[in-house]
Amino acid sequence: MDISFDLTVAWAVLLVLSVFIYVVLDGFDLGVGILFSAFHERRERDVLMNSVAPVWDGNETWLILGGGGLFAAFPLAYAIIMPALYAPIIAMLLALIFRGVAFEARWRTERAKKWWDRGFIAGSVVAAFAQGVALGALLQGIEVEGRAYAGGWYDWLSWFSVITGLALVAGYGLLGATWLVMKTDGDIQEKARSLAWGFGIATVGFIVVVSAFTPFLEASYAQRWFEMPGILLAAPVPLAIAAMAVLMFRSLAIHKHEYRPFVLALLLFALCFAGLGISMYPFIIPTEVTIWDAATPWISQIFMFVGAVILIPIILAYTGYAYWVFRGKIDPEKGYH
Amino acid sequence: MLSSFDPVILARIQFAFTVSFHFLFPAFSIGLASFLAVLNGLYLKTKNEAYLRLFQFWVKIFAIGFAMGVVSGITMSYQFGTNWSVFSDVAGPVIGPLMAYEVLTAFFLEAGFLGIMLFGRDRVGPTLHMVAVLAVAVGTAISATWILSVNSWMHTPQGFEVAENGQYIPTDWLEVIFTPSFPYRLAHTLTAAYLTTAFIVGGVGAWHLLKGRRDNPGVRTMFSMAMWMAALVAPLQIVLGDMHGLNTLEYQPQKVMAMEGHYESHPDGAPLYLFGIPDDENQELDYAIGIPKLSSLILKHHLDAPLAGLDTIPDDEQPPVSIVFWSFRIMVGLGFLMLGVGMFSLWARFRGSLFTNKWLHRFALAMAPSGLVAVIAGWVTTEVGRQPYTVYNMLRTTDSVSPLGAPAVGTSLMFFILVYFIVFGAGTFYILRLMAHAPEAGEPGLTKADGPVRTAGITPGVEEDPERFLHPEETTEER
Repeated sequence: MDISFDLTVAWAVLLVLSVFIYVVLDGFDLGVGILFSAFHERRERDVLMNSVAPVWDGNETWLILGGGGLFAAFPLAYAIIMPALYAPIIAMLLALIFRGVAFEARWRTERAKKWWDRGFIAGSVVAAFAQGVALGALLQGIEVEGRAYAGGWYDWLSWFSVITGLALVAGYGLLGATWLVMKTDGDIQEKARSLAWGFGIATVGFIVVVSAFTPFLEASYAQRWFEMPGILLAAPVPLAIAAMAVLMFRSLAIHKHEYRPFVLALLLFALCFAGLGISMYPFIIPTEVTIWDAATPWISQIFMFVGAVILIPIILAYTGYAYWVFRGKIDPEKGYH
Repeated sequence: MLSSFDPVILARIQFAFTVSFHFLFPAFSIGLASFLAVLNGLYLKTKNEAYLRLFQFWVKIFAIGFAMGVVSGITMSYQFGTNWSVFSDVAGPVIGPLMAYEVLTAFFLEAGFLGIMLFGRDRVGPTLHMVAVLAVAVGTAISATWILSVNSWMHTPQGFEVAENGQYIPTDWLEVIFTPSFPYRLAHTLTAAYLTTAFIVGGVGAWHLLKGRRDNPGVRTMFSMAMWMAALVAPLQIVLGDMHGLNTLEYQPQKVMAMEGHYESHPDGAPLYLFGIPDDENQELDYAIGIPKLSSLILKHHLDAPLAGLDTIPDDEQPPVSIVFWSFRIMVGLGFLMLGVGMFSLWARFRGSLFTNKWLHRFALAMAPSGLVAVIAGWVTTEVGRQPYTVYNMLRTTDSVSPLGAPAVGTSLMFFILVYFIVFGAGTFYILRLMAHAPEAGEPGLTKADGPVRTAGITPGVEEDPERFLHPEETTEER
């Protein structure tokens, strides 16, 4: 029994880790797609595209691991969450398909290029928004009866989930802009820097709004955030977020750093993730289903765990290597004439 | 309007649509990855330029097909939960881990090495490049192995027990992975993927031969290699299919009854129906044309062997006969036509007219998409033949479905159809355009100018003139 307890937590950690890796990796490349609308010249757009070209497909493999991992490790949660968030999930999938193919198609046609560019922007925005909506809908609670979703098919839609949707669009825009500050130079970098300001302010604003309302969605959230002992863990998070935001803006505007804003934006995301974890733990579907309720039996956990602890480090190693190979600025003279 | 539809039917149509669409790309890329590995290996061994030329020609097509397989595959990892949530909850402990292993062992492997395969020949040297090509080919096969293990378990489930909460709990992983139908299904499906690719390659070769590019060594080599595959693998596939059928007869008899159109039991030798209109309502095959006793001979290897019919199966445990009956005939018919191409090519080859026989080329061109059609027909046969169950004899399809209303499923289905046709229609158009120009000497591979057709690539591409790609028709004139 002790062992199964540990493995459930271990799987929760592994799953959160893969979702986090997905969010920051695909976050900046969806962000670049969102920012595409602010760059109009062909030269600029080609540079933007090339900055994420080598890695976007691998980034989205983490989304498959997120979905597949939830299914494998917490099948009950997967079975409840997917129908509950049906519309945003389907919208996200369709948007990702459109965007993924637009990536390739725009290079293969002159006539339809602008349409694929529009598809790329729309796909990126819709995918980011749908992911944010899904997060908000999960946070605000899902109606469960027995082992199944019991709500209607648009229960996911609320003012709160729309705000979290917009928040993620802003957040991904920030990641994308700081990514471009790191990967480009000259006028594109300057533009990205000012975009990073705008999206940064929007992101921080949304963090404040979402954080202010979250504790009132469920009594257990408020308990965690405002009462002992939860407050010991929770209180430092907003302070750290505030500090991180200040550092990021100073780095962007005063020091004119190139790499640091992106790293600080990643840390900002990590802290928000920690805040979400503090609110939700130990629930995987807030106040209805805990990670232990939803966990797959021990024999399935251990079978996968052996593979995961061997394979995930290898995957991280070669993913890291791929990023290392592509380090440095994108040369605007390369990849087009 | 949509609320008058049955949500279970809509969920099934949606799943069938997304999974069939997805399946087309792996069916093509599994075989193509191996073909590319063979081409690259032959080039390294013989230094014959034709092989390199073909590798560069097909690797561009592979890149697009692979990318479309990836994006349509992301959908699949969510469709289980969105459409079949009860199935996901109940069967998740058994099949979830197998699918997680597919992601960890296959998807990341392919994503990691695709970059080197596409762009890395000059960067990492021929040996490491060959390793990458092999890694991608092996990755596609590993992926197929895991997912077919999952699928086989749904047909012939074993190695688990039912827990109090209704979930299936694995008791023996080896039994779960290696179910009785798994080896046959794996062999039949992988061979189908190789045949599918062979006929596409052969069709492209035939098209260029018909265009008079007989002196292009790339065209000759690809057509010749594809026709060897057709001649050798099509008969093998018929044997494998027969073995798979016998296995199905043993474990899922009502599927075979539906395939054969046997509503009635035949105590002394069952006929092989070539044609008929299945009528589930009255449980009879109208306008049947059959060869007496042949079905018993094929399935039992004895002319007078008794074969039970659907009259021994309660109505609510029968699959819909007409779909299975017809999809099976389409698959088998195409299989024998493939054999016909193979035999025709052997005859032409020994007559020395392999590259000049226009009728052979027309036949091969017409058969280019036959593998894709046969794969889908076979898939429909086995999946619809498992109905009314998702997990055979354990869990009914009507009990597997998500608690969603018809408007939600119907609306998303329309969006799926719309987006898939636009997006994959465009992708297929670009693939056909690549196929339409002949593989030339010094054929460029993928270059950075081709844009970002690459997965988590490890090496950056070499620079090349993008005009070459943007206007291939101008730079690849007939010689």
